[in-house]
Amino acid sequence: MSAIMPTNKFSWLVRREFWEYRGAFFWAPVITAMIMLAIMLMMLVVAEVTAQQHGVNLNVFNLSAITSHVSDGDIDQIHSALDVSLLGLCFPIGAVLFFVLFFYGLGSLYNDRADRSVLFWKSLPLSDTETVLAKLFAITLLAPVLSIVAMILLQIGFLVLITVYFMFHSVNAIPLLWSPSHLIALWFRMILRIPVNALWALPTVGWLFLCSSFVRSKPFLWAVLLPIMSGILVMWFSLMQAFSLTSLWYWKNIVGRALLSVFPGSWAWFDLSAESFNRIKNPTQVADAFLSLDALGHQLVSLQLWTGVVAGVAMIVASIYFRRRRIEAIA
Amino acid sequence: MTAIVSARNLSKRFGTTVALDNINLDIQPGRIVGLVGPNGAGKTTALKAILGLAEFEGELSVLGLDPRNDRNQLMQQVCFIADVAVLPRWITVDEVVDFVGGVHPRFSRDKCKAFLAKTKLKPTQRVRELSKGMIVQLHLALVMSIDAKLLVLDEPTLGLDILYRKEFYQSLLSDYFDEEKTIIVTTHQIEEIEHILTDLLFIRDGKIVLDATMEQIGERFSEVMVNPDKADAARALKPMYERQIFGKSIFLFDGLDQKRLTELGELHKPSIADLFVATMKGTYQ
Repeated sequence: MSAIMPTNKFSWLVRREFWEYRGAFFWAPVITAMIMLAIMLMMLVVAEVTAQQHGVNLNVFNLSAITSHVSDGDIDQIHSALDVSLLGLCFPIGAVLFFVLFFYGLGSLYNDRADRSVLFWKSLPLSDTETVLAKLFAITLLAPVLSIVAMILLQIGFLVLITVYFMFHSVNAIPLLWSPSHLIALWFRMILRIPVNALWALPTVGWLFLCSSFVRSKPFLWAVLLPIMSGILVMWFSLMQAFSLTSLWYWKNIVGRALLSVFPGSWAWFDLSAESFNRIKNPTQVADAFLSLDALGHQLVSLQLWTGVVAGVAMIVASIYFRRRRIEAIA
Repeated sequence: MTAIVSARNLSKRFGTTVALDNINLDIQPGRIVGLVGPNGAGKTTALKAILGLAEFEGELSVLGLDPRNDRNQLMQQVCFIADVAVLPRWITVDEVVDFVGGVHPRFSRDKCKAFLAKTKLKPTQRVRELSKGMIVQLHLALVMSIDAKLLVLDEPTLGLDILYRKEFYQSLLSDYFDEEKTIIVTTHQIEEIEHILTDLLFIRDGKIVLDATMEQIGERFSEVMVNPDKADAARALKPMYERQIFGKSIFLFDGLDQKRLTELGELHKPSIADLFVATMKGTYQ
């Protein structure tokens, strides 16, 4: 019995997080997806009305003719372009997820101290380590997985919308848009990003948990102002020169990583320098930078990922320590 | 018989203020102990130490465990209600029952359902939609469904009307308490729990100033209503406390022979509230 209990307890703790943040974890991405679909629908209607007014006939875009005449390389380009648009379509859900994760982390070990319900949680046979680990699970895996599901549903909805639209114009877009192997490959790569995102997010998660478990009031001010003030001080006194580094390095690697790493896929932006951005000439390269397995693999062996992991784990351990000792907060 | 709670030289300081000052106490199983003291006397600090929610100096053993290091294990056998407002406001009745059932090995869902059936609580209601009294009913139903050895109640009925307060202690006595269980309760409404207590602990300025069973208190303390002509004779016996009522004086004596006191006037068993006032006089001066 006692051997089974811990995992079972953990699942209840995770369920508890979901109950409390059902709106943020589940409804926020779902509603964002529905809004995106509504916008897409409106745009198609506007396009249709405008086309009618100007007497444009969509049948001139004979998609089947296009697909049968282009080379395999071009098809790849089209699919890459489709990947990039499908991914871009999901950007608002990613942005919503960023805010959800940020504020979840900030409140995770603070809100129940502020309303004193921590005294109820502490009256149950649960260790502080289990409690913090369940919150870690929620912020790194549960919420991102729910968002990915919303993203995939949005993409399917979008493809259905476009397909139906073309159908109205007697154009069969199914062979071009609905290549199962291609869509599954896209979703597989999106899902593979979750663990990389999770590892990459650890410095921010750790920092938010630490602030959340430590402060007696105003966690947001502490969590945001402390890194930013430190960045300003570093700039003023050119402290980084002592390590032959620039202030920009500090902003990017310390302040940025402490505050923004929960943005899904932010590791891909982190690596992009101005010139590498200019080198991107076609959709395949964009898809490569953000979605390719190479980019994921490259990130998984990068020093910046793992130093972040070490810093994040250290801060999470510290937050468990404070969770044990800091019980009262000033509401 | 091994004590449920045993403290030796238990101390706690906040900066320069001493919240607990070398407390020694033993609480035996099967007792209902009232921990009573003025505001700021150290009641909550003592309970927090017992529950493993605060650091302390000295020795403290609860059910043979050190509450600082074994809190997780301790909470299998200890339940507590820390005032009325600590249930999370977002949770529903159903969710909280499921959760406690999921994480607490000694929780009985059937018992809890039966307790809740006696209330007006609905499964889908959120705590934030409930009145204070209903929140306490829910919390009490949860706690009473846990087969624990020690129940700690810190001002469990604060801010409740008298119907809820009476009902609270009534259910505790009739549906929960037995000789296997121990209850420690703090409250400012001592007169309401006087009849259910088996033991009394008075705490003042971080020190235990009275530690006795209710029988001992009945034997040790007596209250005499004295006519004005004998008042000086009574004062000569050094009463703990004196007050006037209807032209007569009421004196509270500690440890005097009761036969001797009957000569002065009518003898009563003092109420805990009067004993409290007599013991704590001068606290806020």
